Amino acid sequence: MKDMIRAIRACKTAAEERAVIRKESAAIRAAINENDQDYRHRNLAKLMFIHMLGYPTHFGQMECLKLIASAGFPEKRIGYLGLMLLLDERQEVLMLVTNSLKQDLNHSNQYIVGLALCALGNICSAEMARDLAPEVERLLQFRDPNIRKKAALCSIRIIKKVPDLAENFINPAAALLKEKHHGVLITGIQLCTDLCKVSPEALEYFRKKCTEGLVRTLKDIINSPYAPEYDIAGITDPFLHIRLLKLLRMLGQGDADASDTMNDVLAQVATKAESNKNAGNAILYECVETIMSIEDNGGLRVLAINILGRFLSNRDNNIRYVALNMLMKAITVDAQAVQRHRATILECVKDSDASIRKRALELVYLLVNESNVKPLTKELIEYLEVSDQEFKGELTAKVCSIVEKFSPEKIWYIDQMLKVLIEAGNFVKDEVWHALIVAISNASDLHGYTVRALYRSFQTSAEQETLVRVAVWCVGEYGDMLVNNVGVLDIEDPTTVTESDAVDVVEIAIQRHALDLTTKAMALIALLKLSSRFPSCSGRIKDIIVQYKGSFVLELQQRSLEFNSIIEKHQNIRSALVERMPVLDEATFSGRRAGSLLTTVSTSSRASHNLPNGVAKPSAAPLVDLLDLSDDAPAPSSSDGNFLHDLLGVDLAPASAQSGTNQASKAGTDVLLDLLSIGSTTPVQSNSSTPDMLSSGLDNQKQIATLDALSSPLPSAPANSSVGASSMMDLLDGFASSPSKREDNGSVHPSIVAFESSNLRVTFNFSKPPGNPQMTLIQATFINLSSDAFTDFVFQAAVPKFLQLHLDPASSNTLPASGNGSVMQSLRVTNSQHGKKSLVMRIRIAYKLNNKDMLEEGQINNFPRDL
Amino acid sequence: MIKAVMVINTQGKPRLAKFYDFLTVDKQQELIRSVFGVLCSRAENVSNFMEADSIFGPDSRLVYKHYATLYFVFVFDTCENELAVLDLIQVFVETLDKCFRNVCELDIVFNYSKLHTILDEIVFGGQVLETSSAEIMKAVEEISKLEASSNSITLVPKTVSGWRNR
Repeated sequence: MKDMIRAIRACKTAAEERAVIRKESAAIRAAINENDQDYRHRNLAKLMFIHMLGYPTHFGQMECLKLIASAGFPEKRIGYLGLMLLLDERQEVLMLVTNSLKQDLNHSNQYIVGLALCALGNICSAEMARDLAPEVERLLQFRDPNIRKKAALCSIRIIKKVPDLAENFINPAAALLKEKHHGVLITGIQLCTDLCKVSPEALEYFRKKCTEGLVRTLKDIINSPYAPEYDIAGITDPFLHIRLLKLLRMLGQGDADASDTMNDVLAQVATKAESNKNAGNAILYECVETIMSIEDNGGLRVLAINILGRFLSNRDNNIRYVALNMLMKAITVDAQAVQRHRATILECVKDSDASIRKRALELVYLLVNESNVKPLTKELIEYLEVSDQEFKGELTAKVCSIVEKFSPEKIWYIDQMLKVLIEAGNFVKDEVWHALIVAISNASDLHGYTVRALYRSFQTSAEQETLVRVAVWCVGEYGDMLVNNVGVLDIEDPTTVTESDAVDVVEIAIQRHALDLTTKAMALIALLKLSSRFPSCSGRIKDIIVQYKGSFVLELQQRSLEFNSIIEKHQNIRSALVERMPVLDEATFSGRRAGSLLTTVSTSSRASHNLPNGVAKPSAAPLVDLLDLSDDAPAPSSSDGNFLHDLLGVDLAPASAQSGTNQASKAGTDVLLDLLSIGSTTPVQSNSSTPDMLSSGLDNQKQIATLDALSSPLPSAPANSSVGASSMMDLLDGFASSPSKREDNGSVHPSIVAFESSNLRVTFNFSKPPGNPQMTLIQATFINLSSDAFTDFVFQAAVPKFLQLHLDPASSNTLPASGNGSVMQSLRVTNSQHGKKSLVMRIRIAYKLNNKDMLEEGQINNFPRDL
Repeated sequence: MIKAVMVINTQGKPRLAKFYDFLTVDKQQELIRSVFGVLCSRAENVSNFMEADSIFGPDSRLVYKHYATLYFVFVFDTCENELAVLDLIQVFVETLDKCFRNVCELDIVFNYSKLHTILDEIVFGGQVLETSSAEIMKAVEEISKLEASSNSITLVPKTVSGWRNR
C-alpha cells in the first residue's frame, strides 16, 4: 500500500500517474481472478486510494462482499470501508450484503456490530431499512454507549429511507433523551429532530411529552460545572447546546404552549453564553435562530436581534457573515428592530471581505424606505468613491435602484444620479441613464440647473462614459440655458460658461477615442443642435462635424454628411429641425423598460434611434404622438420579436416587412396605428422600397431639385427639407430616416417559421449587427399550440462546422397553453462562409406536457439566403 | 445533514473524499475540482464560509479551514450550524493531531484507511456522531488494537512485485 502511494506521489505528470495506476489495477485484477485470500484486503485498501484519485474501481466490488463475509476483524473493517466508498445503494450487489449485515449486527464482538452499523448508516437502501430495522431498534438499548449512539444515527437513515417505520422508533428515541452520556444524548436528540421532520405524529408526541424534559436538560447543561471531555475552548459541550436548541425550535414552531415553556431557558442561554469564543457564538447563533422561529415573544426577539447587532461588530469575519444572513431572515419578522442596527450594517458594506460586503449590501437594500433613503444613499455614494473596482458594479446597481425607487423629489434624484455618474459612470447600466434623461426632460424647472451641474461634473470626470453621454445630451438640448444661466437655483454657485466652452465639452467627448459609437453619435447630434443655438460657433461646429465625413463607421459618416448638409444648405429650417425635444413620456418609458428587460438591443441600433429624433423634428400637431414615442427611443427599445408580429399581422403587407423591422424598434404599435389613420395607406407601403417612397413624397412637394440627392448615400437629408409642408408630408419625413437606418443595419430579412408541429411553432426573426456581416442575431419565438402548458422547456440547436452558434438563455422555461404567451430566446450565429453558404441548423426541443417528456427535432433549411 | 467531507491539499490533490449522498466517481472528481478552484482563489482574511449553491445544489453551505498545506472542507445543508461545523473541523483536526502526533500531510496520505476510521467515528452517515476528541480517540484505539491482534496482515510480503514473483 505504502509503496503504491509512494509510487503515485513520485509521478511528475498525469500520464505517469495513469501508468502506475494502470499497472496496479491490472495486478489487483489478476489477484482477484486468482482468488487470492491473503492479499484481498490490502488490494481493496489500494482500490480505495485509486478510487479517491478518480479512477474506475468497479471490479473490486465483489471483493468487498467477500471481505465482509470473512471472519477476521481487519478484513471486515476494510470490507465495510470499501462497501461505503465503492458501492452505493442503487447497485444490485448491495442486496447480497444484507445477510452479512444482519449477522454482524448480532455479532458478539461489539466493534464488529459498530462496523456493520456504520456501513448501514452510510449506504442503507429502503429495502435494507425494512429488513434490518428491528435489529437497529434493538441496538438502541445496547449496553455500550458507542453502539447506542451509532444505532441512533443509523435509525435516522432508516426513517429517512422509509418514513413509515418512524412510529417504531418514537418510544426508543424518547428514552434516549433521558441519557446521561453526552454522546448518546446528542445522537438521541438528532434522532428525535429527524423523527419530527418525517412524522407529524412524532412531532406531536415529543411536543407533549418531552418539551419540559428537554428544557430541563438544557438548563442543566447551562448551569453544569466544567466538564473537560466535552469542552471546546472552555465552553461546555456547544454541540449538545446546539442540538437541543434545534429540537426545541422544531417543537416550538407553530405551538404557543411549547414556545411558552422554553422562553425562560432561551433567555438564559441568550444572556449567559459567552460571546468571545467561536463556540459561544455558535450557541448564541443557534439560540437566535430558535427565538426567531418559535411563536411570538417580542422581548426575546429584541434580545435576539441585539445579539445579532453585537455579532456585526465582532472582529471575526465568520460571525459577521452569519449575523448578516440571520438579519436577512429577521427582517421579515421584525423590520423595526433590524432598522436599529442600520449603522452597523452599513459599516459591513465597507468590509474587506467580499462575501460580507455583498450580504450587507443586500441587507441595506432591504432596509431602505422613504424615511431613511437620504442618509443611506449618502453613505453608499460616499463609499462608492473608495470601494474596490470589482465591487463597484454591484454597488452602483443597488444605489441606482434605491435612488430610483425611493427618491422623494426630482432634484434629489438628479443630484444623486449625478454623483453616481461621477464616481462610477462606467458601471451604470444603459436603462439607468436612459431613465435619468427621461427624468431630466420631465423636470422642466431644473433643466438649467442640471445642465450646469453636468457641465461642472464633466470638467472633473470626463472618463466616466455614461456621465459623458448624459452631459452631451443635456448640453445639446439645453445648451442655451447653460450659457445664459437660465433658472438659477439659490443653492448654485454662479458660473459663467461661454458658448465655445459648451462646444468644447462636446468636442472633447467626441474626440475621446476610448468612447464608443453611441457617445460619438450622440455628440454629433448635440453639435448639430448647438450649431443652431449658438450661431457664433456654427463654423467651428461644422469643422468638427466634417472630420467625421471619412469615418469608417457608417453611422458616424452618414450623420456627419447629413448634418453637414443641414448646416450648409438648409439654414432656414435648421432652427425648426433642432428644436428642443418635447417632454419625454415617463409612463411609456417605464412600461417600455419593464417590457424590454428580456431583449437586448445592440448599441449601434440604439444609437441610430437618436437619428430621427434629432433630425426629423416636425412641428406639425398630428405628429406629436409619433414623436413622443420615437423620443423614447434613447431607451433600449422594445422587443421586436412579438411586436413585429402584431405589426405585420395587423397593418402591413408582407412587402413592407423590411421597413417594419426598423420601425418596430423605434415606435410603438399605437403610433403606427396613429400613423395609418393620419396618412393614407400609400405612404406606409411606400416605405417598403426606398426610391418609391421618396419619389412619391417628393413629387407631392414639388422639390424635384433634390431628387438628385436621392441616389446619393444620404436619403434622409432631402427628406429633412420637407419640414413645413403639410402634416402628411411630415409623416413621410419621419419615415424617411428609416431607409437610412436600414443601411446601417445591413440588409434586413423577413422572419421565418423555422419549425412547426402539432404542439409548437418556432419563429425566427433576423437582424445583423452593423459592421459584421458574418454575424446574424436570431430572435427565436416559441409558441405553444397545444391546450396545456409546457414545463421544463429547453431549446437546443446544432450547426455545421462553418457556423458558430451562441445561445442566450431563454426568457422562461414554461410556455403557456394555446399561444397565450411565448418564450423568447436569442441566438447569435457567425457564418465563416458568409456569402458562400447559407445558414442551416438542427434543432431539438424538449419539454414536459402534462408531466410527460416530449421531444421534437427538426432541421431548418429555409433560412434567408444571404445570412 | 453533512453532504461531504473533503481534505484537499494546496495543489488540488484530494487526500480524503467522503460523500454521504451517492455520486459517481466522475461527479465526485468534478466537485473536488470546483471546490478547490473556489478555495484557492479566496483571500486569506475572508470568512470560512462559502455559498456552495452553484456547486452542490440549492441550500448548500460550505465551511472550510486551512491548515498548513491542507484544506479541510465540510459541505452541509441548512440543518447544520455553520459555526458549529467550524468547531467540528477543529475537533477533527485535533483528533488527527493526537493520533499522529503533530499531524502532517504525509501522515494523512499514508494512513488513508485510518483517516477513514477516524472520520467514521465523528461523522456517521451525514450526521455528527461524536464531538469529544477523547471519546473518538478511545474508539479509534480500540479498533487499531483489534486490528493488530489479528496478525494475518503482517505475514505477507509488502510490495506488489514481491508477491507477484512468489
